[in-house]
Amino acid sequence: MSNFKLQDCHKKQIKDICDSFNNEPGELINVLHKTQGVFGYLPEDVQREVAQNLNIPVAKVYGVVTFYSFFTMKPKGEHAISLCLGTACYVRGAELVLDEFKKQLGIEVGQVTPDGKFSLDCLRCVGACGLAPVVLIGDKVYGRLDPSKVKEILANY
Amino acid sequence: MELIKLTIDNTPVEVEKGTTIYQAAKKIGIKIPALCYMNLEHLGIENRPGGCRICVVEVAGRRNLAPSCSTSVMEGMVVKTNTPKVLNARKTVMELILSDHPKDCLICPSNGKCELQSLAATLGVREIHSVENAAMSTYRKDASPSLKRDMDKCIMCRRCETMCNEVQTVGALSAVNRGFMAVVAPAFEQDLVKSPCTFCGQCVAVCPTGALTEVDDTNKIIRALADPSKTVVVQTAPAVRAALGEEFGLEPGTRVTGKMAAALRRLGFAKVFDTDFAADLTIMEEGTELLDRISKFLKGDKSVKLPILTSCCPAWVNFFETNYPDMLDVPSSAKSPQQMFGAIAKTYFAGKMNVKREDLVVVSVMPCLAKKFECQRDEFKVNGNPDVDYSISTRELAHLIKMANIDFASLPEEDFDQPLGESTGAAVIFGTTGGVIEAAVRTAYEIFTGNKLNKIDFKELRGLEGIRTASIDFNGTMINIGIAHQLGNARKLLDGVRSGMYNFHAIEIMACPGGCVGGAGQPYHHGDSSIIEARHKALYKEDEEKTIRKSHENPYIIKLYEEFLGKPMSETAHHLLHTHYFDKHKV
Repeated sequence: MSNFKLQDCHKKQIKDICDSFNNEPGELINVLHKTQGVFGYLPEDVQREVAQNLNIPVAKVYGVVTFYSFFTMKPKGEHAISLCLGTACYVRGAELVLDEFKKQLGIEVGQVTPDGKFSLDCLRCVGACGLAPVVLIGDKVYGRLDPSKVKEILANY
Repeated sequence: MELIKLTIDNTPVEVEKGTTIYQAAKKIGIKIPALCYMNLEHLGIENRPGGCRICVVEVAGRRNLAPSCSTSVMEGMVVKTNTPKVLNARKTVMELILSDHPKDCLICPSNGKCELQSLAATLGVREIHSVENAAMSTYRKDASPSLKRDMDKCIMCRRCETMCNEVQTVGALSAVNRGFMAVVAPAFEQDLVKSPCTFCGQCVAVCPTGALTEVDDTNKIIRALADPSKTVVVQTAPAVRAALGEEFGLEPGTRVTGKMAAALRRLGFAKVFDTDFAADLTIMEEGTELLDRISKFLKGDKSVKLPILTSCCPAWVNFFETNYPDMLDVPSSAKSPQQMFGAIAKTYFAGKMNVKREDLVVVSVMPCLAKKFECQRDEFKVNGNPDVDYSISTRELAHLIKMANIDFASLPEEDFDQPLGESTGAAVIFGTTGGVIEAAVRTAYEIFTGNKLNKIDFKELRGLEGIRTASIDFNGTMINIGIAHQLGNARKLLDGVRSGMYNFHAIEIMACPGGCVGGAGQPYHHGDSSIIEARHKALYKEDEEKTIRKSHENPYIIKLYEEFLGKPMSETAHHLLHTHYFDKHKV
């Protein structure tokens, strides 16, 4: 799946996160959230390590990782682009904005640019329908978009 | 205890508070159909995700239909289980399930045994209103030496997940992905052999469709039997005789030992032997090992490992190799009866018959799917030739008998062949939880004390509770015994031993509910645990009727030691009848 090699320092980081939740199996989602925050994604070995620390089957961890679209087993770009395709954004032309992002970056949804700078994903509603159509780049929100603004926005990164 | 009054289909019923509509209906003889719901009452196993929506009923005053398996009764409730609204909803739900299910029932391994198939028939589904050219979800097929996964046929009832995680605590399977791609799979959707799967097969035992099935070895048996250069012999495990009849319409618990021997002879096996013979042999070796460890322990030898754990159950062996690699020197080193039989057949018996090892084919009929995995383990092979060539399930044997045009009902009762067909009552009860340890106690007691047993039955070791404990008085020395069936209970018992909560001399563990009688290779129980109980009772009945009921009194076992093995735990016995375990730690 990936070339990720789990080092001792990574094991320590995962252990610290699990410890901070008292190694409670019920805290799995929170643990994964924090862990993804550290590694950027959740490769197989990281999931195994989480499973060991929480003393639960890795199948269970994988089940949760694959259930929630927030979790990813593929590395994201340095700047993760999330484009809203919720109803409000969609009717206000989000699809055209998406096409422009694909064109500018030369990648499809779910992919990362060859230089690792950007990744492109879609989501359903960020709760900012008044700003539709909306795009998130990292933690920054861009609203009232149209295709003509895409190139300019990307140039900021 | 508060009682609740309600009516179901115009019949008044009174049940305890907290009861579900489904259970209340069952009490008055109304069997609401269900797919995901499964309740093995005697064993405390319940699967109730409320996911399939087949069991919906109409409740007066409620806007929508209620899933009866997960809706508790309320005072004065008026429930209807068969109105047009209910029947239509059920049919629609079934149609939706079938719209993403392969329609190749005629060539499915579960054809005729499938709960989905029979329910579709009951509900009278005649067409599936699906979108034209609609996509079907498809998954990679996966085959291990024991189990096959064809997840295109999975309906996400999640019974297998309950068995694997809650009952067995193996944790090989989990629901993964979502929506159309949702399926039950091992972590990273890798092969089962790479997961912590023990091949206990309890997922197969409860699967309502053909998604999880056993690897079918019947054709290999047919080919071997037709090969004139081969001498093909068969051994049958104790639990098979208490269940095989079910495949031919007999009541659960009917013992068919004689008819089974007759059927095997007609199938063309050169010798029809009994795994029970090897069970007696197991007691000689395991019992001696137990006494050896206990006597050393009583003399103050600190290096002795106690408790001794039984090692007959291959899924249990896989379980401790995966989960307790730090305790590999605790289980008995005695091989399982299946493997002891193979080792003796391919040496002692082959020698007597003057047959070369390669020309002797040993087939085992087992209530178990993990036995298929066990017989192909490398340590049970000599120069690549396995001690047991093929292991088939009770279901596969029934299939072979049907394929060979044998009318099972009209068969005469026949005996096993000698010398590997003679067995005692102690061996017969190996097939149920508590049986192995009772058999061991019968022999160990007499050897340890030098006295004859007045009472052969040890009722304190019997029962179907998941964890049982007992102390047996060995003439002043109290021997503490623990018994567990289902791997989740085994884990509890073992964790208790590790933490020092328990102080046992010996522990018997069986992976399946009820022991081998509830094995994954047995005829499907379809959620009716009274079937397992009936088989359990049948084995004790068979034991009662035997003239010889202690393993060390089996005349052919005595002869085997005189002619070939020397004495229990001798060098030859060690070489042929004992094994060692490996660290297979996985998460």
